[in-house]
Amino acid sequence: MLIRHPDAILPSEITPPEIYRERRRFMQGMGALAAGTALGTLDDAHAGIKLAGVRTSPYTLDEARTPFKDITTYNNFYEFGTGKSDPAENAGSLRTRPWTVAIEGEVRKPKTWDIDALLRLAPLEERVYRMRCVEGWSMVIPWVGFPLAELLRRVEPTGKARYVEFVSLNDPKQMPGQRSRVLDWPYVEGLRLDEAMHPLTLMTMGLYGEVLPNQNGAPIRLVVPWKYGFKSAKSIVKIRLVEKQPVSSWTRANPDEYGFYSNVNPQVDHPRWSQAKERRIGEFFKRDTLMFNGYANQVAQLYRGMDLKKYY
Amino acid sequence: MGAVLRNPKLWIFAICLLPLARLIALGGSGGLGANPIEFITRSTGTWTLVGLILTLSVTPLRRLSGYANLIRYRRMLGLFSFFYACLHFVTYIWLDQFFDLAAIARDIVKRPFITVGFSAFVLLIPLASTSTHAMMRRLGRRWQHLHRLIYLVALLAVVHYLWLVKKDLTSPLIYGAVVVILLALRLPWGVRLMQALRGWGAAVR
Ligand code: HEM
Repeated sequence: MLIRHPDAILPSEITPPEIYRERRRFMQGMGALAAGTALGTLDDAHAGIKLAGVRTSPYTLDEARTPFKDITTYNNFYEFGTGKSDPAENAGSLRTRPWTVAIEGEVRKPKTWDIDALLRLAPLEERVYRMRCVEGWSMVIPWVGFPLAELLRRVEPTGKARYVEFVSLNDPKQMPGQRSRVLDWPYVEGLRLDEAMHPLTLMTMGLYGEVLPNQNGAPIRLVVPWKYGFKSAKSIVKIRLVEKQPVSSWTRANPDEYGFYSNVNPQVDHPRWSQAKERRIGEFFKRDTLMFNGYANQVAQLYRGMDLKKYY
Repeated sequence: MGAVLRNPKLWIFAICLLPLARLIALGGSGGLGANPIEFITRSTGTWTLVGLILTLSVTPLRRLSGYANLIRYRRMLGLFSFFYACLHFVTYIWLDQFFDLAAIARDIVKRPFITVGFSAFVLLIPLASTSTHAMMRRLGRRWQHLHRLIYLVALLAVVHYLWLVKKDLTSPLIYGAVVVILLALRLPWGVRLMQALRGWGAAVR
């Protein structure tokens, strides 16, 4: 039998994150020693470090968590290649220290934050969210971070600020996938200000209680659980508050297929495939996709009166 | 025994089974990754297309090399392509859709990439079922005409691939270029080119 039902997997077959980590760190260590001596740094040592003082939050989904291994080896992160295993293989070249995030545009107090200061900006919480990819698969992921609203409040958006634009790192030396023009680099995403201020919208620095692995968008990424995964920009270096709706990278690449909103919606199909169902990674049968990825109670009011087929 | 081992058909047969053996080995060792069904779908789809390409390269290779014997291996390659197409299709209806006939029918009608892949698969069925010597003899010239359908199948397969990728068109374009070249080599100038190359090769030797 090629595919086993999850129940059929013996507990002994599942590698606990610590042990998997250990192995991974050992192998990375070997690679990093070789590469790091050349670069003079061993940044990857950050991955695998426990984040201190993480609180649990009420936003903890009561569904089986996707194994750490799957979350960190099956990724869409075109900056490191278009294959699902490319990010895990290539993201070792990303240097996450030093790292700054500039917050600018329509704000009274623009500021450039150092990543380590950002980590102390607000209490870190663990949130277990569903993640639904536009390609039709999903995971359940324990992220660590704090609401984006905490950050936005501190820079005091002006009355003109209506949208928030997120810009990811653009450096082909660290991100080999950027040597190919699959997308217009840097990767840009956007949210409406009220979406950005929503308590579910998370600035994320950790996964499974540890520092976010490079392939998952280190050192800091966005997580917007009611939208398709590509809306959650990774490796963010700039956040701009703007008056006009930003054009995100996927919309620019293919406006008919990827709209600005990209809310998870089983009734609005991607032009080339259905969005009615999804395969939860690790499960055999497809499950029904939920409106707003199951977060309708929290977010549906943001879109009251909008035609979601038009604003896809 | 020695004679059997020296028969290239046996080796080709064994080699054609390797992609399936790999899938089974990976499946047994949990090596199919986070999304095994996607892995199997893609792998069997790729090998179907590779099989079509190998089948289509027999005739140009024969013209180029002058080894008329090569034609003896064409049927096996074509049937292996069909074999992987069946695995690909079964993966889709069984593992991917789990026999949800309504959803499958909707997919075939509504999703252009599925429509095209399905057409390619359906067109392969008459080719596979008329591949025997008896059928060749019975159909005579019509057999040749019928089997030219493989040109269409290969083109449909490339379109299927082009339409299913999200953004990075590199590999479908490479496969597409190979198919287009193999088809172009069948045009009169392609045939002349093959023959000229062969003559030139012989002269150099
Ligand atoms: C001669 C027939 C066919 C050929 C040559 C073919 C070839 C391919 C190829 C090359 C791929 C992409 C592999 C990759 O991404 O690496 C693919 C994917 C796929 N094919 Fe086919 N195919 C055929 C028929 C079909 C049929 C009949 C169906 C279903 C009715 C189908 C459904 C799919 C699906 C669902 C995928 C995967 C899409 C994805 O993972 O995003 N194909 N096929």
